[in-house]
Amino acid sequence: MRSTPKTGNAMTDPLLSIRDLTVQFQTQDETITAVNHVSFDIPKGKTVGLVGESGSGKSVTSLAIMGLIPQPPGRITSGELLFKGEDLLKKSESEMRKIRGDRISMIFQEPMTSLNPVFRIGSQIAEVLMLHRGMRKKEAWEKAEYLLDQVGIPDPKKKIRAYPHELSGGQKQRVMIAMAIACEPELLICDEPTTALDVTIQKQVLDLMLDLQDKYHMGMLFITHDLGVIADLADDVVVMYRSNIVETGPVDTIFTNAKHPYTKGLIACRPLLEGNPRRLLTVADYMDEAGNEKIVPAERFEPMVKEDKSGNPVLLEVKNLKTWFPVKGGFFGTTKDHIKAVDDVSLTVHKGETLGLVGESGCGKTTLGRTILRLQSATDGEVIYDGTSIMDLSGEALRAMRSRMQIIFQDPYSSLNPRMTIGDILTEPMAIHGIGDNKKDRYARAQELMRKVDLKPEQLSRHPHEFSGGQRQRICIARALAVEPEFIICDESVSALDVSVQAQVLNLLLDLQEEMGLTYIFISHDLSVVNFISDRVGVMYQGRLLELDTAEEIYKNPKTDYTRNLLAAIPKGIPKSLLQQRRNTL
Amino acid sequence: MKPKHTNDDLMETLATTPAKVMLAEKGQSLWHHAWLRLKQNRLAIASAIILALVVVLVIAGPMLSPHQFDAIDWEQMSVPPDFSSAHYFGTDAMGRDLFVRTLYGGRISLLVGLVATLVSLIIGITYGAIAGFFGGRVDSFMMRVVDILYALPFMFLVILLMVVFGRNIYLIFAAIGAYIWLDMARIVRGQTLSLRHKEFIEAAEALGASKTRIIFKHIVPNLLGIVAVYVTLTIPQVILVESFLSFLGLGVQEPFTSWGALVNEGAQDMEIAPWSLIFPALFLAITLFSFNFIGDGLRDALDPKDR
Repeated sequence: MRSTPKTGNAMTDPLLSIRDLTVQFQTQDETITAVNHVSFDIPKGKTVGLVGESGSGKSVTSLAIMGLIPQPPGRITSGELLFKGEDLLKKSESEMRKIRGDRISMIFQEPMTSLNPVFRIGSQIAEVLMLHRGMRKKEAWEKAEYLLDQVGIPDPKKKIRAYPHELSGGQKQRVMIAMAIACEPELLICDEPTTALDVTIQKQVLDLMLDLQDKYHMGMLFITHDLGVIADLADDVVVMYRSNIVETGPVDTIFTNAKHPYTKGLIACRPLLEGNPRRLLTVADYMDEAGNEKIVPAERFEPMVKEDKSGNPVLLEVKNLKTWFPVKGGFFGTTKDHIKAVDDVSLTVHKGETLGLVGESGCGKTTLGRTILRLQSATDGEVIYDGTSIMDLSGEALRAMRSRMQIIFQDPYSSLNPRMTIGDILTEPMAIHGIGDNKKDRYARAQELMRKVDLKPEQLSRHPHEFSGGQRQRICIARALAVEPEFIICDESVSALDVSVQAQVLNLLLDLQEEMGLTYIFISHDLSVVNFISDRVGVMYQGRLLELDTAEEIYKNPKTDYTRNLLAAIPKGIPKSLLQQRRNTL
Repeated sequence: MKPKHTNDDLMETLATTPAKVMLAEKGQSLWHHAWLRLKQNRLAIASAIILALVVVLVIAGPMLSPHQFDAIDWEQMSVPPDFSSAHYFGTDAMGRDLFVRTLYGGRISLLVGLVATLVSLIIGITYGAIAGFFGGRVDSFMMRVVDILYALPFMFLVILLMVVFGRNIYLIFAAIGAYIWLDMARIVRGQTLSLRHKEFIEAAEALGASKTRIIFKHIVPNLLGIVAVYVTLTIPQVILVESFLSFLGLGVQEPFTSWGALVNEGAQDMEIAPWSLIFPALFLAITLFSFNFIGDGLRDALDPKDR
């Protein structure tokens, strides 16, 4: 990736110097400090990684630089933002408008919603150029075409006339990048630009950004919750925790010699492809509630040992399963073709094991999970659960089967009914399946479930919106456990969570498996997570199961090119120079 | 994948700050939050108070007057407001007390508004939620029925009903309700379609919840926000429709009256007895304004975006 060693801290002439920045928000009953006396520099032509969990103030910092803090309720109470010596905070709104998109531009996280769906992508890029560079329409469109070529969009002559929905997620993010670099900005702020993308696409986009930075010599501020992503990318790292900067330094120093317990926790919580401990270390292992450093007991580093569970009885058998979606066309709506979301997949899952399913978005892994649970009807094939074929079950028999097989979804924000209390959410499935004798008994069971997923039983009377993403995902797990299932499908269940929270949820899933003998199918696009949690791993591509083997075998001896590509795209979590060193010590 | 945006991040900052976490363990529902926000909206609160006063007055007011709503005072025809004879709003051309008539008219107008809205609410929500939830052919068929009913001219329908069944106040309730629910059904169906694929609905399905349970326990409660807003906008609409019918002479029958009928009569002798127009019109306008302001306030308070 980067050949030149980074010396970092080229303090000579910083492009942007943030000095003592404090941002506060006024709510009805209190003042919240979102950014607390924060200072750091972004040198010319270098990349600074700003790392922290959601709510740590990293996004607010970037919005402050762009002059986009809504005021009120926001207020910048102290500090200065020296952009080449000029204080951005002293600029008027119209001066800032000239700077935004021209000298400083920003790439957002969600490419799906950051492009206007009703305009062609060409006109969206051209608009920036006409606005800031005063170009004429024709000239701006020519430049837009050049830019699309620069960001690696195939056939830019044709694609320039495309609408956003005609592009894939990765292509949309490339268009966003083209828009951001259209005026050759001096500073580019990237707010989690790859979090919504698959690993392979993520790698392509990160490579592209590195190329462009070299070409245009921009300063870059790269915001992320995942230290692994910026390991190959950043020169300096700034770690934020609860509105404060807890650590800054060159990237290599941060990884080898982190000082603050929070940083140590962040580095340790990401599962690697090898040498993982039995349970992932979390920030809580390194730091107590008050922020004091803790000594991690030695047994926490005990390596993960996977037992061979292939001797266990078969719990689930999928035989030649097909789920095809018809593509209708013509005046009479006749079926012209099929989208083969799941195409002839066969697999078995043994009792007590975890089967991982990996693949890029659109490979059919989610549809496979939904078809197994009968949330989606199959076109052909058979699913046999514990000796019974569940394809033809209906009514009461299907309902009874549902209490044995559960699912945990991806998005903790939309998977809980916002109008119900947690108590209602947890007791409803019990009422449906007649678990517990009466209301009181069910409520007691719900309290027990809350304890099981490490939440306070007193919080049963609260509503979902009062919980953070990680807590909501715990509630989803508790709801799935409410019907006392033996088999759970986790559909990207940790993908929407910050890495530090992700580690806690993964540990919880493993603990529950050990305690209750659960069987999992774990679906994810993140190979390192799947590798950590699974006994066996299946790789899916275009509806087919390419290979299925033990986790270790898949990662050490991948049989197909596709798997090899997927593996190569994983961010290594620590800079490559250090990976070897870490390998030697383990 | 993280469908979150910087603004949400900001909200998260606000939500996860330690001070917020320390809040009492007691749960706070969305309605509670909505109420807190609604309280901030002075216009909506003032409107609610005024509306409450109007309702109390309409119910209890006639008892404060010695006059009957249909009693004719032969000595006092078209007299201006006069406190000594307890004709607080004056009398109409037939010598009937306008104060009592206005309040009686209010009873009818508000009742029509509430009953017709309730009818539209029950039919509309059930119909729309079922169409939206099942989708596909069921949805196509049910919505085509709505389209056909939409195509019938409303006035024609009312006149036809009058001709066949005679003029009857209950018929007006039914006619208006049967017309208004079409809007409600469309709104509810649209909302249901977008809720249908939320993961918590799928989760309920995976937990084995029956379809009835999913519709009435998971979908309908999530529609209440938009429905509450729509109701406050429907009530004034219904009152206006009734006024319009009365204005055309198709509404309530003498000696009963409504605000619409009173305004109609008042408009005829506006020049000699302006009070007979002013008072009912004032009540009508105040009520309509109040409902609209409350509706606006509710819409802001229930907006999930500033959750």
